[in-house]
Amino acid sequence: MIEAQRTDRELQLIARNLRRHIINMTATAGSGHPGGSLSSVEIVATLFFRVLRHRPTEPEWAERDRFILSKAHAAPLLYAALAETGYFPTTELGTLRKLDSRLQGHPDKICPGVEMTCGSLGQGLSFGIGTALAARLDGLGYRVYVLLGDGECDEGQVWEAAMAAAHFNLDNLIAVIDHNKIQLDGWNKQIMNVEPLAEKWQAFGWHAMEVDGHNIPEIQEAFGQTGSPKGKPSVIVAHTVKGKGVSFMENNPDFHGKAPSAGEAARALRELE
Amino acid sequence: MRELSSTREAYGRTLALLGKENPDLVVLDADLSKSTMTQYFAREFPERFFNCGIAEQNMMGIAAGLAASGKTAVASTFAVFASSRCFDQLRICISQPRSNVKVIATHGGISVGEDGLSHHSIEDLALVCALPGFTVLVPADDVETELAVRMACALPGPFYIRLGRPKVPRLFDNTYQLTYGKAVVLRQGYDATIVATGLMSARALEAADSLAQEGIECRVLHMPWVKPLDEEAVSQAAAETGAIITAEEHLQHGGLGSRVAQFVVRHSPVPMEFVAMKDVYAKSGTPDQLLQRYGLSAEEIVRAVRSSVASKKRLLK
Repeated sequence: MIEAQRTDRELQLIARNLRRHIINMTATAGSGHPGGSLSSVEIVATLFFRVLRHRPTEPEWAERDRFILSKAHAAPLLYAALAETGYFPTTELGTLRKLDSRLQGHPDKICPGVEMTCGSLGQGLSFGIGTALAARLDGLGYRVYVLLGDGECDEGQVWEAAMAAAHFNLDNLIAVIDHNKIQLDGWNKQIMNVEPLAEKWQAFGWHAMEVDGHNIPEIQEAFGQTGSPKGKPSVIVAHTVKGKGVSFMENNPDFHGKAPSAGEAARALRELE
Repeated sequence: MRELSSTREAYGRTLALLGKENPDLVVLDADLSKSTMTQYFAREFPERFFNCGIAEQNMMGIAAGLAASGKTAVASTFAVFASSRCFDQLRICISQPRSNVKVIATHGGISVGEDGLSHHSIEDLALVCALPGFTVLVPADDVETELAVRMACALPGPFYIRLGRPKVPRLFDNTYQLTYGKAVVLRQGYDATIVATGLMSARALEAADSLAQEGIECRVLHMPWVKPLDEEAVSQAAAETGAIITAEEHLQHGGLGSRVAQFVVRHSPVPMEFVAMKDVYAKSGTPDQLLQRYGLSAEEIVRAVRSSVASKKRLLK
């Protein structure tokens, strides 16, 4: 079990440590997606260290809250959070993307704590609906958290799922959108405008909230308001900065899917001390 | 004349029975429950039936989520939508994690008829067979459909079952037993073997009757399992009859014919012919008109058998 509630300051230190892992992992692997991993750090840290009811030593516990990384390219962050909460040793993080590693380039179920195979964007929320429906059928109280990217919201399936979740009245389903405003080819507004985002979800029948996605107390408060009004799924649109925490990666589309060089990694780690 | 039977009607009735036997069975449909016949299950078990609307991709993901939480998830729609429309969802959510999802598709092949080319599913077997971990089968009649659906729901892992729209001749009685991965000899013979699946198996029997009148005795091997293929039966057919003709309501590439040929060329090369759709789409018409027009007929099987028997004789000279 996760120890008692951590202070915001402790959680900020955890977030910094997760960022260091992301830099080290992608630099060692020589590939991967640092930008969108760094932007989701506070969201994932708040979830894994405060919100989720989970048992890292018993990953298949039937009543666990589910966390589904639909923006699966943020795999380094997920692995770092799983390791830091005790699903597997942090020493395994260095095997990211290596042959025979459990830490595949995009998550696969061979890794403890990974709920589904992801990597083709737009599919996680549908899977989340299935697990949320199963909770209702089985009379279990677990909640299902799905983290999506804003670019991912270009995918039509996201909106099929948005419509269905509201239709099925799934108040045990919570979507978080990492709204870092950048996708692989550039800024959302240039590639494919997703605005107005919160309003779209509202129009689809969701309880929508907007937060500063790097402000832990704000994120925590928003999670506290999910599950109501009754019968409505909740979405948290988290405004973030792509590459957050590393000056030369921030708001830089080049680091969506490019690993830092050895020199860049050293610079990044100095900034994250 | 054989009695006619409906595979989708048998499917719907079977699901409703299975719902009583298995409390973990859930069924999903995409606004076609009155055509796929999942409506019978929906009526009896509304809390375990999820109509996902006209959103098949979302439906497959939801099915995978239910399966990952311990349910046996059956997802139904027309074969075109279940395969080509959702291919990536079948791949990511069902094939890769080996989800316990049973994709049971109706309206396979061109015997869908009048709805025309958008609704004719002639690529589905190639698509789904390409996905590791899927078991793919095409029952021939209502009796076999019931057994296939029961077996799929009892075994773990991904299944794709292709059913049809029109009624088809009943080939089996209630003593029939379906065995996983095993073909069924419908007629014994040693001059050539017709390997057929789905509604083509009845046509293969017709062709064999007609060929017998000219002195060619065909073995008819009904192959409900397109994947995994019954390699032993194919190997035996090649060795004992020396010529193989496949017959399927599908494009000639990627389905039963391709799979049989791939095995035969490696292990027991013999002359082969393929009765299947050529590289075209069909048009609107009645099922029988279309099957006739696009060469999925007993006559076409007869021609293919004669041709392969002639090739075999040339080789023996």
